[in-house]
Amino acid sequence: MTISKQNFQFTIEAGKAERHYWQDLWRYRELFYILAWRDISVRYKQTVIGVLWAVLRPLLTMMIFVVVFSKIAKLPSEGVPYPIFVFAAMLPWTFFASSFSDASNSLIGNSNLISKVYFPRLIIPVASVFVSLVDFIISFVILLFLMAYYSYWPTWHIVTLPLFLGLGFFATLGAGVFVASLNVKYRDFRFVVPFIVQLGLYISPVGFSTTIVPEKYQLLYYLNPMVAVIDGFRWAISGGSTALNSTEILVSGVVVTTLCLVGIVNFRKTEKTFADVI
Amino acid sequence: MTVAIKVENLSKKYIISHEKKTASYETFSDSLIQTGKNIGNRILHPFQRSENDPQKEEFWALKDINFEINQGDKVGIIGRNGAGKSTLLKILSRITEPTSGKIHINGRIASLLEVGTGFHPELTGRENIYLNGAILGMTRKEIKLKFDEIVAFSEVEKFLDTPVKRYSSGMYVRLAFAVAAHLESEILVVDEVLAVGDAEFQKKCMGKMDELGGEGKTVVFVSHKMSAIRNLCNRVVVVNKGKVVNSSPTDEAIDFYLSQCVKLSKGYVDLSDKKVARQGKRKLLVSLGLLEAGSEKYRRLVKTGEVLDIEVKFNVLESLVDYCFIAFCDLSGERVFSTGTHFDKTFCQKLQGMGRLICRIDEFPLVDGEYTLDIALGTKTNGNLDYVSNALSFRVELNDYFNTGEVVLPGQGSLAVKSSWSMK
Repeated sequence: MTISKQNFQFTIEAGKAERHYWQDLWRYRELFYILAWRDISVRYKQTVIGVLWAVLRPLLTMMIFVVVFSKIAKLPSEGVPYPIFVFAAMLPWTFFASSFSDASNSLIGNSNLISKVYFPRLIIPVASVFVSLVDFIISFVILLFLMAYYSYWPTWHIVTLPLFLGLGFFATLGAGVFVASLNVKYRDFRFVVPFIVQLGLYISPVGFSTTIVPEKYQLLYYLNPMVAVIDGFRWAISGGSTALNSTEILVSGVVVTTLCLVGIVNFRKTEKTFADVI
Repeated sequence: MTVAIKVENLSKKYIISHEKKTASYETFSDSLIQTGKNIGNRILHPFQRSENDPQKEEFWALKDINFEINQGDKVGIIGRNGAGKSTLLKILSRITEPTSGKIHINGRIASLLEVGTGFHPELTGRENIYLNGAILGMTRKEIKLKFDEIVAFSEVEKFLDTPVKRYSSGMYVRLAFAVAAHLESEILVVDEVLAVGDAEFQKKCMGKMDELGGEGKTVVFVSHKMSAIRNLCNRVVVVNKGKVVNSSPTDEAIDFYLSQCVKLSKGYVDLSDKKVARQGKRKLLVSLGLLEAGSEKYRRLVKTGEVLDIEVKFNVLESLVDYCFIAFCDLSGERVFSTGTHFDKTFCQKLQGMGRLICRIDEFPLVDGEYTLDIALGTKTNGNLDYVSNALSFRVELNDYFNTGEVVLPGQGSLAVKSSWSMK
């Protein structure tokens, strides 16, 4: 394994980091995995039931939702068993909520690394999104059990699920990376993020269906990129028996792309000063 | 000989803001308000050039630095605290960007600015080796390959599966250095990390670094320990106030540095100057000087065992000051001893107005070497109001302190203390 030294000639110069950046991101690719693994394995250390928490948490939340919305509020669920109706929406929402807040705080949480070691900083928030992805997979398995319990079999629509997951992933990534970089300089966002997450739960169709939003506000409603993700999840899991239209996917796609671009560009622009201000 | 590192006109500017009372970071709302104010000012006074914000001040941590390091060189970087060494290392290791200038680097660079960066206390030793390795830029394959070597070097085999939070600090440091020492790189940049750990381990680390140097690796090493620099380095770069003031073979450079430390000092320092970096909120200290006992003459050379008068001039306008505190530090920045009015209570008045305070030390206890003074004025409730570290440097010569012709040898400690021995 000899690599010629020619490969390692480089120049440090103000504003010239760009050229190596994406190359370095590739070189440090294992760090994505390692950081995510660290966060996951640390989370359940010194707990009695350990990894069981990963299963217990989404299960309990789902049960509360079922009781509150189905039994007490009696919201319509478009012919799908209500637990599945809610759980299908909660999957992407929980994923968004947890990874968005983790990603936003990730840089500050790793300030000791940032001020002492070089690596592309983008790895930190992205790795924290991956952590939530693992939670997502666990919850998804619970959903499969739930569907089996209700004898609710998926159709071919389920194949489209990764697409909506991808949309949700990039929505989170864009928002998380954007806020993470702002958070380094302006710690206000530490307080803003929980607020966004809390508010987001009510303005996203998690406990209810998008159809109850009045027609004239629908377009405005679609600006929330998670609307299409959640509706998409429902649609894919329920086998097309819930509503999903192409407008919302389109709007969401545009919003997510913008979010990612703005997030990453802003991150790259402020990244070089992280070590100085954190 | 090929050049490993070439630094050209390198500068780094920091903006330091004053009078930020509560938080060290800005808040978004502050920023919005400031922007609003600026826009308002623009509209009200369209022809006035926007003045520099008085709360913000530019600070050049490095200014137009130039030097070259050849492949295989072991280079020490020395300088006083705040001279710009750490900034230089941070730029070299790409943690922060320079404001202007260039560095050409030929080879992979591994930097160790801190021992155990990224170690997670909850994870086991084994897990931390992988984590730390990855953070420092090793691949899992590389780590696996060197795992046994790392463990052997660290001497913590028995505790590999124990969370590192249960490690003793010595074990922790050993493991951390072991990982870093096995990095694959052509250039190794090391900050003062060897200050931690026991003497035996330090020796081992120095040995390892020497070995790496022997393999033709380039080593850049920052330390306050002149002995370590002498042992390891063949060349030394002296940094002072953001500039390279000397770059020559080790002994020559160290001599230059030590003589400069003292030459710069006249035994007196004006602290009312704007440029003095103070850590307190107020400007109360006017000057600090070392006086010949009983006279008004300043001096920069003190002999062990002599009477030393330290003169502190102050100007306390509004509030009262409860205490005056002076600490004596060696060249590594380590405090050797300190004294204060609140310790011995020989002077219990509060300080107010303009005045001059003399602190007399009857038998000055420090041995040969260069030392610096930290000085602070403060109140019991608010702590230090004005504080200047490294305010004044001076040289101490060990006279015939014991009146026997015997001296305290280097490495026998930094204090000369008289004692009497008897057989009982």
